[in-house]
Amino acid sequence: MAGTSGRFTTIIKAKISKMLDRAEDPGETLDYSYQKQLELLQNVKKGIAEVVTSKKRLQMQADKLQQSVVKLDTQARQALAAGNEDLARTALERKTLAQNELQSLDAQVQELEAEQQKLIQSEQKLRTKIESFRTKKEVVKAQYSAAEARVQISEAATGVGEEMADVGLAMQRALDKTEDMRARANAVEELEAAGTFEDLTQLGSGQDDIDRQLAELTSSSQVDDELAKMKAELGAGSPPSAGQIEEGKA
Amino acid sequence: MIVRIATEGQYELPEEFHAELNEIDNRVVAAVEADDEPAYKASFSALLEYIRTNGTPLEDTDLRESDLIVPPPDLTLAEAEHEFTGDGLLPD
Repeated sequence: MAGTSGRFTTIIKAKISKMLDRAEDPGETLDYSYQKQLELLQNVKKGIAEVVTSKKRLQMQADKLQQSVVKLDTQARQALAAGNEDLARTALERKTLAQNELQSLDAQVQELEAEQQKLIQSEQKLRTKIESFRTKKEVVKAQYSAAEARVQISEAATGVGEEMADVGLAMQRALDKTEDMRARANAVEELEAAGTFEDLTQLGSGQDDIDRQLAELTSSSQVDDELAKMKAELGAGSPPSAGQIEEGKA
Repeated sequence: MIVRIATEGQYELPEEFHAELNEIDNRVVAAVEADDEPAYKASFSALLEYIRTNGTPLEDTDLRESDLIVPPPDLTLAEAEHEFTGDGLLPD
């Protein structure tokens, strides 16, 4: 090693070397690497498919939330026009929550898109190395003595092995992220199932559990601002169209 | 010297940059040991940028082994701490 004593940079290196050293016989290393190379290329393909599936699911959720945002906004306006400020506030709280979730989903979709592109590049790079390894093996065999060829091929195999370990690490990290996002997506689905983003006309009266959670989750100042803005718009615009949403649904 | 940024790629980093790289590496280690998130983020991204800026990316067909491997760019402080104490990213 070239005289660098950096601990941070050497730890992973040491571990990868240890992993590769395990196959003692260079011949065995070659067979092992080649098998591993093929397996890993398959795994990378599966990993990419999994990332794509998660991304699609998140996109569908985002579309649904977008619809909820529009619906809750309309309902808030209707409630306010009917003079039911409490109901308007609840609708806006839910809209804020849906918007926050939507933002976070959009960010996650972007992140998964980036992971997908990165894995596609990694797969391509590994393919190129494997191909290069095959070519080199043939050239070296033809030009060098058996002993020298063995050394050179073994070195090249280590290089491919390092790339394999790296693609494996990249895939593991991408899948871990997908896993985290899946958990998050499940949480959003639970909120949906609990009726958090549902039609407000379906709601019972008074403060239920969801309402209390909402009050904690949403920024009340944001809701206050929006309510004030909506009031101003309504005051300047059309007269209240009462009757759509009645006071105190029971 | 060949340096790999894990999950990203390999770079050829000329001799004259090694001392500085080592210096930045020590700053990262110090930040991790001090459990100092801002210092960790600053020093780790400085380390990555130093390699990307001063190194030349290796051809994909190049089969040489790396002399150094830098952890993945998205490594969190918690992961870095684990790296020094536990099994780290790769099991032993």
